[in-house]
Amino acid sequence: MNTSQIARLKTLLQTALPPTHDGLPSRDLWPDLRRRIAAESEPTARFSIPWFDWALAGGVALVAVAFPAAVPLFFYYL
Amino acid sequence: MPGEASLEQQIVVEFRGGDTAAFEALFRHYQHDVFRWILRIVRDHAIAEDLTIETFFRIHRARERFDASREFAPWARRIATRAALDWIRVHRPEQGMPEDFFAGVPSASAADPVISAEVRHHVAAALALLPPKLRIAAVLALIEERPQREIADALGITVAAVKLRIFRAMRKLRNYLEQQGIRP
Repeated sequence: MNTSQIARLKTLLQTALPPTHDGLPSRDLWPDLRRRIAAESEPTARFSIPWFDWALAGGVALVAVAFPAAVPLFFYYL
Repeated sequence: MPGEASLEQQIVVEFRGGDTAAFEALFRHYQHDVFRWILRIVRDHAIAEDLTIETFFRIHRARERFDASREFAPWARRIATRAALDWIRVHRPEQGMPEDFFAGVPSASAADPVISAEVRHHVAAALALLPPKLRIAAVLALIEERPQREIADALGITVAAVKLRIFRAMRKLRNYLEQQGIRP
């Protein structure tokens, strides 16, 4: 490409998409940035025990209290 | 001023240590530079705002890798350029142009009246269809007229590589425009 072609292409580009004038954000971006960082620092999956596991553990504890003789049998089958 | 330089150095050291107040001070000081740089590349205020947040999020995540003996601004600009490049890669038009892309193209009254609106649309489309790396080099060098040294620093390449990208971008633009019957 020669110099005049380059100049012509540059003019075409600047006419189609004029240079951006200095702009500023329309809002304060800091709160959004803080939220973004806070969201990442939160653990993605918290360690939790489902309710039915608690119910099962409670049931086993009740059986152990009501029928202590069943405890060795329970461990045998565990 | 040496006092300001040492204060910034202190803030950067504290930021590396995870101090939120130091990070906010850096953000407040550099956000406009980063925003304007991204705006030059993506040419959309709302997207530039989102990418400014993305840039500082990446900066925060990479804070321990930052060499505190170096300047913060060029490092931030390089991360901003990468964020803009990632955005362009994801939003690159593969088949035709989205209608809203042409919102930034000036009307006949606002632009050079000798160049028709149709030609301007073709030029804008040709630019958007360039490979992202060439597009960034072309926009910054040919439209925004940024110094090649500055573009090289932002892209993390040599000035010679920038020149090559600009040349390849111009050749592709010319070929595309010639296919549309426009002789640049």
